[in-house]
Amino acid sequence: MKVGGSLSIWLFIGISLLVNGALILASGIYELIHPPAFPVVLYELHASIWWGALLFAAGAFYCVRFSPGRMKAGQ
Amino acid sequence: MTLALALIAAPSLVHLSTVDLAIIVFYFALVLAIGLYLKGQANTGEDFFMAGREMTAWVAGLAFLSANLGSLELMGWAGNAYKYGILAAHWYWVGAIPAMLFLALVMMPFYHICKTHSVPGYLKLRFGPGSQALSSISFAFMTVLMSGINMYAMAVVMRVVLGWDIHFSIWVSSITVAVYVALGGLRSAIFNEVLQFFLIWAGALLIPILGLIEAGGWSGLQAKILQNLTAQNVANPGAYTHLWSTLGDFSKNPMGINWVGIVFGLGAVISMGYWTTDFLVVQRVLSAKDLRSAKLAPIIGAAFKMAVPFIVILPGLLGLALLRDPHTGTLLRLVPGDLAWSDTGRAQGLHSFDEVLPLMLARYCGPGLLGLGITALIAGFMSGMAGNVSAFATVWTYDIYGALINKNASDELKVKMGRWCTLIGVAVSIGTAYLVMQAQSIMDYVQALFSFFIAPLFGTVLLGMLWKRATPAGGFWGLFAGTLSSIGMYAWAKADPSAVEYVALSPHAQDQAQNMFRALWCWLICVGVTFVVSMLSKPKPDAELTGLVYGLTPIPPEPPVSIFLRPGFWGVLVAIAFFILQIIFW
Repeated sequence: MKVGGSLSIWLFIGISLLVNGALILASGIYELIHPPAFPVVLYELHASIWWGALLFAAGAFYCVRFSPGRMKAGQ
Repeated sequence: MTLALALIAAPSLVHLSTVDLAIIVFYFALVLAIGLYLKGQANTGEDFFMAGREMTAWVAGLAFLSANLGSLELMGWAGNAYKYGILAAHWYWVGAIPAMLFLALVMMPFYHICKTHSVPGYLKLRFGPGSQALSSISFAFMTVLMSGINMYAMAVVMRVVLGWDIHFSIWVSSITVAVYVALGGLRSAIFNEVLQFFLIWAGALLIPILGLIEAGGWSGLQAKILQNLTAQNVANPGAYTHLWSTLGDFSKNPMGINWVGIVFGLGAVISMGYWTTDFLVVQRVLSAKDLRSAKLAPIIGAAFKMAVPFIVILPGLLGLALLRDPHTGTLLRLVPGDLAWSDTGRAQGLHSFDEVLPLMLARYCGPGLLGLGITALIAGFMSGMAGNVSAFATVWTYDIYGALINKNASDELKVKMGRWCTLIGVAVSIGTAYLVMQAQSIMDYVQALFSFFIAPLFGTVLLGMLWKRATPAGGFWGLFAGTLSSIGMYAWAKADPSAVEYVALSPHAQDQAQNMFRALWCWLICVGVTFVVSMLSKPKPDAELTGLVYGLTPIPPEPPVSIFLRPGFWGVLVAIAFFILQIIFW
């Protein structure tokens, strides 16, 4: 739904997921290259990488799907 | 003030990296940006207090759930799961789902059709100004007091978990909430609640996933809990992973409760009272754009509520199974908060039940993920607080100021009053937080005080909606007697602990069990008094009850939409899923 102006509520969700996903993914890749001295439990699963990637992908989808330009075109 | 300045030298449970801090700062920036963006969208009373009544079912439903998902809810119930086992899941299933479906399919049409701004507003239409004044004054004050208590408790947790200064946590989080709610009203609160809902799931979902991998699935988790609790000589170790099978006897489960307390006290009274009459959550649904959306919203909320134990209860159980002292490798046993946070407890390195979720977070989450998890906790706190202050502003403006002080207030004045009330509500909350800091026993009394009003209010609203013979005098005196009896039972048990045996039917009853039975009795008293007084007093004519009471309210027929868009269809699906869960975890 829209909340006034031309921005959808879901666009903000997308921005949040996109930025957080990017930060977590980048952090996970850095840890992969430079393994920590005291790793967390199940470090070998590299949750930061796949969870960050998942959030990034979901955020990108929301940002594109609910971008102001696309919403205007759909009206 | 920067975050770096707020970090104090005290030892903390987790240590945040730069990327973690970046995630937290980004969250604060985003919620403030949303408030600023919506500033121009809250110019009328309907806009500011009801979000223009234009929310879709999804938005209203997610906000409905998110307003309840405070951080204390997350950490507190994870702690309760550690303390009581899977019995804590009753508060998410039988203690929520039936009530949410009841709200959606039975009560929502009345709230929606009468176009009330609040639950006390409905009571005014149905029972007159006496009931409205009683419920609105108690709700308004208890809401901001509770908000302050939650704020204090959250700040304590932030100090323990992150080592943050307690004043910093209180001021930064509350000023942020005050700004975005005062700017954009309910629309801004709802909007942020939806954002917070996503962040809570994104930040907390990894814990149960990784925890189950480590424990070897559900069966591995059960076996480890049984093994650990048996080794620690805990009574009834098998009861920690069974939902119903140990509820035949008060002494056979860690909560000291039986199925009567859970089904009738929790399921039929407390949860019904909370989910159907607590304006904090109901306000979100009242913002729905039409009746179908208003009915669908609680059903959507119920579907997600059913999944919340996965991110709240499961981490508590995983803590029972997996948490070990990192230095000695021995099993870690968490203790009550007052012991853990005392000087002795801190010196011994003890952790409280409520720390189980942050402990699990620190166990699995490295840089970035940790920041997101902490953001989830902060987001939970802020969504709960925003819910409190926006509900307070509405009830104060419409049901106290507009009904008792200035009956001719213009719409413009009400919006202005709403903005000021938001700021005042936050200020009172901060004051309460500092009051509790000086005398922590206040916390117990205010929490109990809040619970006094919920159960009887449900009795009054329910009879008002379903029984046309209920009279204004009956409604008022029923509510009054129910509330008074609840206070009386609480005081009796405080003054004479042996009274627990009579109030909660068992000397084994723990705090939660006492709450369940007290609620059940005071609800029955409310209903009984309402019935008797109504039969002795003159009823309102039918014409005055149209739109307010079952049988006298023409419910608009369902529009000819696909079955997949009908609330009844989704309500049945949610109910089936609810029963399946009870059987799986029986």
